[in-house]
Amino acid sequence: MKELKLMKGNEALAEAAIRCGCDAYFGYPITPQSEVLEYLSMEAHSRTGMLVLQAESEVAAINMIYGAAGTGKKVMTTSSSPGISLMQEGISYIACAELPCVLANVVRGGPGLGTIQPSQGDYFQAVKGGGHGDYKLIVLAPSTVQEMVDFVKLAFNLAFKWRNPVMILTDGALGQMMEKVELFPQEERTFEPLPWATTGKPKSRERNFITSLHMQADAMEEINRHLQAKYKKIEEEETMFEEYMCDDAEYILTAYGLVARICQKAAQLAREKGIKVGVFRPKTVFPFPTGQLAKLAGKVKGILDVEMNAGQMVEDVRLAVNGKIPVEFHGRMGGVIPSPEEVLHKLEEKFVGGKA
Amino acid sequence: MTEEIIIAGFGGQGVLSMGQVLCYSGVMENKEVSWMPSYGPEMRGGTANCMAIISDSLISSPILTKFDTVIALNQPSLDKFESAVKPGGLLIYEASTILNPPTRKDITILPIEATKEASNLNNTKIMNMIVLGAFLKLKPIISMDNILKGLKKVLPDRYHHLIPLNETAIKKGMELASKVAN
Repeated sequence: MKELKLMKGNEALAEAAIRCGCDAYFGYPITPQSEVLEYLSMEAHSRTGMLVLQAESEVAAINMIYGAAGTGKKVMTTSSSPGISLMQEGISYIACAELPCVLANVVRGGPGLGTIQPSQGDYFQAVKGGGHGDYKLIVLAPSTVQEMVDFVKLAFNLAFKWRNPVMILTDGALGQMMEKVELFPQEERTFEPLPWATTGKPKSRERNFITSLHMQADAMEEINRHLQAKYKKIEEEETMFEEYMCDDAEYILTAYGLVARICQKAAQLAREKGIKVGVFRPKTVFPFPTGQLAKLAGKVKGILDVEMNAGQMVEDVRLAVNGKIPVEFHGRMGGVIPSPEEVLHKLEEKFVGGKA
Repeated sequence: MTEEIIIAGFGGQGVLSMGQVLCYSGVMENKEVSWMPSYGPEMRGGTANCMAIISDSLISSPILTKFDTVIALNQPSLDKFESAVKPGGLLIYEASTILNPPTRKDITILPIEATKEASNLNNTKIMNMIVLGAFLKLKPIISMDNILKGLKKVLPDRYHHLIPLNETAIKKGMELASKVAN
């Protein structure tokens, strides 16, 4: 029997964390994702014994994640843009120390304290490494409340598979909106001591040592080489994307998250007018589906990239397309959401109108 | 079937919960639903709105600019969203507080004296359910059975004793709608 519920995106993140058997959540409230902490503090401990703690700040929360992740337990934090900025130092440490954890950024309009409305202004920060040094997060971009559930489970699997922090990059609208979700059954909280984790030293092995400080440059370069090799493998193995009406399309809209759905509607409107439009949606924005998009670019006349920012993913789209066809951009900023009609209008203006 | 709706009014009029009842009832009827609230500063005392979509097929954009049905519970919302009704669509408004009624000729317009009826039922909070009833009379997209199931899901347990009152209000709204529509 399917378990269907009407849930907010933020509640879905929290419910999925509990059902995954997540061991601990450390966070600090910030609109528009405070429901995650609220929901967890009401539900989690009594249901699975999961620890839920409101830290004194985002800086504290991410360092609690660092410490707890070092024990090999399943840990998670969520925040929104300014809060995620505060966490960047810790995220860089965690990436260097190769610890698994799940982070979610329910992005709001920036820069600065900005607005509380939805935005995609943190794409660069999430995908290109917001903290210092050469590191990568695995970044998942859900576009439905159902994916807010499914991607939490996926994120934990990927985090442990690759010993890497995984970020769910979503936005305020997906956090606040409600949709029908199908929930997976409760998984037990299990714990097997992982060979690298700091769980107390038995006589049978050397002590495990987790650090991101290495005084020797050549040792640090070795660690960098190892990380880069890992990121390359992740690019080869974990790329996910979705094509919508791309088979016969002459033009492609590229977008991630909520905006991809706005583009789907725009594609429907375009087809009513006889313009063959499809939508290409990366589900992972790191690793970015470069090869798949390049293949598609060989079959169409032009791409319009649509984002809720000043043009961030469009750089990855252009790298993938590599000059084969024109790539135009349309963006709204500061918390404004583009409408399907507006996207269609832009597409006509940039491509179809130019032809006539 | 796809019904795209916006419900707008003052915070506290039950705009968001009306949308939630509609969407949860849709889930009970095995439909696809999406509910998108305005959650910005307007939520902190001012106008609030939510977009609700109920469909037999997967929903693409949860954010729209044109709607099959606009439900406006105050003058600012009516002024703002009258133009957002698709041609041939439906505009329902709460009539007791409206000074400037809508003027479009290409849509169905249904004024409902919901606040007055709610005070007749001795509970002004039930106003939104009267309006919901009026909507369901004109657009019977969800069965009454499933509406009641949806209500049960949306209302916290401590308010479940109010379900019969909500049902009465929905039926009252249906009655009013058939009177006005005739």
